Amino acid sequence: MTLADPADVPRPRAQLHFGVFFQGVNHTTIWSSPDSGSQISPLSFRQVAQTAERGLFDAFFLGEGLRLREVGGRIHDLDIAGRPDAITQLAALAAVTERIGLVSTSNVTFNEPADLARRLAGLDLLSRGRAGWNVVTTDNAWTGENFRRGGYLDHADRYRRAEQVLRAARAIWDGWADEPFEAGPGASSWLRPGAVTAAVVRDDLVDIEVTSTLPRSAQGHPVIFQAGDSSDGRDFAARNADVIFSAHGTDFDDALAFARDIRRRLRAVGRPEDDLRILPGTQIIIGATEVEAQEKAEWVRREQVTPRTALAMAGLVWNRDLSDRDPDGPLPAEEPNEPDQSGAFGSARFTDAREIVARWREASQANGWSLRETVIRLGRRAGGHVGTPAGLADKFGHFVRHGAIDGFNVSPYIVPHGLDDIVGLLVPALQERGLYPAEYQGTTLREHLGLRPARSAGQSEKQQEAG
Amino acid sequence: MTTPTGLVLGIEIDGDGSHPAAWRRAAHPPAGLFDARRLVGLAEIAERAGFAFVTLDDDIVPPGSHPDVTGRIGSVERAAYLSAALSTLSVVPAVSTTYTEPFHVSSQLASIDHLTAGRSGWLATATDSAEAARAWGRPAVTDAAELRREAADAVEVVRALWDSWEDDAVIRDVASSRYLDRDRLHYIDFVGEGYSVKGPAIVPRPPQGQIVVFAGQGLLPDHLVDVSLLTVPDLSGLPAAAAASRTERTFADVEVALDVRELTAAERVADLGVHGSWPDQGRLRYVGGPAGLVELLAEMADLVDGVRLHPLVLDEDLDVLSRLVIPPLTAAGVVSRPLPGMTLRTFLGLPRPVSRYGAPSIPAGAC
Repeated sequence: MTLADPADVPRPRAQLHFGVFFQGVNHTTIWSSPDSGSQISPLSFRQVAQTAERGLFDAFFLGEGLRLREVGGRIHDLDIAGRPDAITQLAALAAVTERIGLVSTSNVTFNEPADLARRLAGLDLLSRGRAGWNVVTTDNAWTGENFRRGGYLDHADRYRRAEQVLRAARAIWDGWADEPFEAGPGASSWLRPGAVTAAVVRDDLVDIEVTSTLPRSAQGHPVIFQAGDSSDGRDFAARNADVIFSAHGTDFDDALAFARDIRRRLRAVGRPEDDLRILPGTQIIIGATEVEAQEKAEWVRREQVTPRTALAMAGLVWNRDLSDRDPDGPLPAEEPNEPDQSGAFGSARFTDAREIVARWREASQANGWSLRETVIRLGRRAGGHVGTPAGLADKFGHFVRHGAIDGFNVSPYIVPHGLDDIVGLLVPALQERGLYPAEYQGTTLREHLGLRPARSAGQSEKQQEAG
Repeated sequence: MTTPTGLVLGIEIDGDGSHPAAWRRAAHPPAGLFDARRLVGLAEIAERAGFAFVTLDDDIVPPGSHPDVTGRIGSVERAAYLSAALSTLSVVPAVSTTYTEPFHVSSQLASIDHLTAGRSGWLATATDSAEAARAWGRPAVTDAAELRREAADAVEVVRALWDSWEDDAVIRDVASSRYLDRDRLHYIDFVGEGYSVKGPAIVPRPPQGQIVVFAGQGLLPDHLVDVSLLTVPDLSGLPAAAAASRTERTFADVEVALDVRELTAAERVADLGVHGSWPDQGRLRYVGGPAGLVELLAEMADLVDGVRLHPLVLDEDLDVLSRLVIPPLTAAGVVSRPLPGMTLRTFLGLPRPVSRYGAPSIPAGAC
């Protein structure tokens, strides 16, 4: 695939944005190789963040899970686990990086808005305007067992809570006037009189009164990311987010359909179509030749999906213990059980298990795939891009210039060196094609992403009413 | 167990100093309080001077009121930011036990311990303010006994979570495809009066096993605290206060104002006094020349294990402390300073506890 004539594409000058998602759980991070580093050492985080910064990435991204994942009531022991608190780790990275954005996934159900808004604002100040917040919701009582309030939130209320927490956070971030300090030496007071306004939020799920302790940052507010894929999640993003971290970035048509859906929702709430960046999560595997790239991808998939992992992942779909099955044998003949709704395996709920099983069976029979082979090809997070630097650069150019994506949030398959090829080989290939910047254009995350100034709490409210 | 060979010194570096008007004598404009470079600069001076730890006061509400300082960045974020710049100094953020989520507090502090390779502590505090309750959106806890109960529950939970991963829970056993040994991960199943917490933690066990817990004397049961901070107004009360504490270590809080080149300590205090008083918090207070403070600290070395200093104005007093107070004390062997590679526990002579959930450890020869 080559880049179309500039005149033929909807966005002839669009460039790619990259983020890096340092995973803390999931089978996609290979831990079995001698090259795989620590998942907790500060050096691992520093190396990945600095490599990404060398590659002019917009953002370094951390996830969050507030309870260790379980399968069948027992802690899942096959994947990486055990990670630092995201905002704390990012505050440390702020000291050893200069430009890259620092994005924390932080839950709005089991964090209280005054505390969370303050922690994010602190990160934003320490990093001079590089903080981002990936807003996630949880409703399950299983996670709630680690918190004072327990499982207090109904499923139907999770995005209402998110909306109210975000509105409260924006009110807190706007608590200090611009230019709050008195000018010149010998000031009569530390702040100008009246420079601070208490944020008073009286909603049904957030009822607080907060006097902010922090000024606005160089970028105004932290940048808002959102990752939910449900219709409610997409609407939430359309109303509130600056960046959407989607699961639609492998197949071009799927990516374009998703982008069009998001733009439709943006129009519906009165936002410009270019007000939101779409960065699908993906893996990128690079080889000097197409054959080499495919061989490497094959190795990566086999390391990611070990025989036991294949059985565990199939077990999640069937919602039954399959650990005594033969991973190299056929898929289970029985129908899947009703899906597990506890949330004990993070966001994976497999409500469409019967559909997945039907699809897997069809592919398995058509290709002669074993259980493991099927999970490798079709299982969760099996997508990604594999190719040569030139081939991938052309392909990504096609994606971005046709408006299917704005870039990718890349999950390295190994830490800390999983980004090296992307930064060393793919980025230069993209730059040669004019598809990637030659240097950072600004100093804040908002500037890297080319976003408009931060929106106030009031704006979000108006849009919600309009929507 | 060995005790450190000398007096351990710490310093509070929140804001501009312990006087509410300290910002008026600070070497930077008000906005500088949010400049990360200033924060690192202060901590580096403290480290070079030979301090063993810095505390970072904090709460969700503003630290003071107009016309004085009403802003600050959270202590956990500041402590984390400092981690990359330091090699012997430990960071001890104040984190309240009232209203906060013990699960998050445990994760945040464990993360700082990983970031600092074991040079961290926790100053556990309580929040007696209706304003904080409104910020959290919770019914106010104002009764002293209730605040103590909340504090004890929070520290109990945080400590249990630190133990919930045994040290060797990450096994990376390729043969069995297992990254974790789930038998070395433990539910804590804490059930208190107000809430329950299941566990295990989401952060692997901190390098120190148990992070050093500091608390003002009387807030918490002694068994939950490693270092008691004693608040006594004069030296004569110190022996009794120290004797009343059954914690492993006892430190005293001391407020200091020192003579600087062109002004005496008393003149500096008087200068700020125009704008308001230096509130009496019942702590020992020293106002005078560096030599007198050297004598006082030498005397205190026989009574307590350490001292935390609260300078009148950080930008003025820290310089005098680092040039004229600590060097003679170090030279005389009164003050001991940490070496690179030491955790805070090691420096304080506290053993590294095995997880309460683990099998008894087999002593390793090299340790």
